[in-house]
Amino acid sequence: MSTAVDILSWVLIVPGGFFILTGAVGVVRLPDVYTRMHATSVIDTVGALLLVSGLALQAPSLLVVFKLIVILALLFFTGPVATHAIAQAALEAGVEPQLDEDRRDRIVLAGERNDIQKKQQNPDATGGVQ
Amino acid sequence: MFYVATASVLLALILLVSRAIAGPTLFDRVLAANSIGTLAVLFLAALGFLTGRPQWLDVGLTYGLLNLIGTFAVLKFFRHGDLAYDAEDEGD
Repeated sequence: MSTAVDILSWVLIVPGGFFILTGAVGVVRLPDVYTRMHATSVIDTVGALLLVSGLALQAPSLLVVFKLIVILALLFFTGPVATHAIAQAALEAGVEPQLDEDRRDRIVLAGERNDIQKKQQNPDATGGVQ
Repeated sequence: MFYVATASVLLALILLVSRAIAGPTLFDRVLAANSIGTLAVLFLAALGFLTGRPQWLDVGLTYGLLNLIGTFAVLKFFRHGDLAYDAEDEGD
């Protein structure tokens, strides 16, 4: 029984460590902020999940398991929030994403979409012709 | 097996610290610092198991909460130059 739990722990912890290292290597090697952000999310999600659940199997008491679950929930909620804030701040500060092919003119923001719909409904209102 | 967990987290921490030092923009550094915080929580958890004292998990929890607030504080400070900035006061 104990051997089976140990084996399961190994099976969870070793891939957890692998994904954490993958994320860290990605942060070092990828070209710009936005792609690096993508790499850190590997650490926050799958790396933390595998490592912490591997540790939880070895926990001496249920209280420790509960604390590990709370840590996991904390990482799951704070990770994306912080990443989103960083991405928004970087865009706001004018950090340009590295693009192979610039297709941002296809992206229509919510406010502009309303303008476009208004233009389509009454094209004369915009008064483009002088 | 706790050695494996601790070692991989430590190695990842070294890589992230190198990015935090090298990072060309502020946001690279903030991103690396945020990930270092996450890894510090995992490191504390693994180290607690390694030394047989899982009480360190409480320290990890506190660190995780402070990490989020710290990230927001840095972002807000560099965007507005003021931690007490309030968008509603702009109209005055």
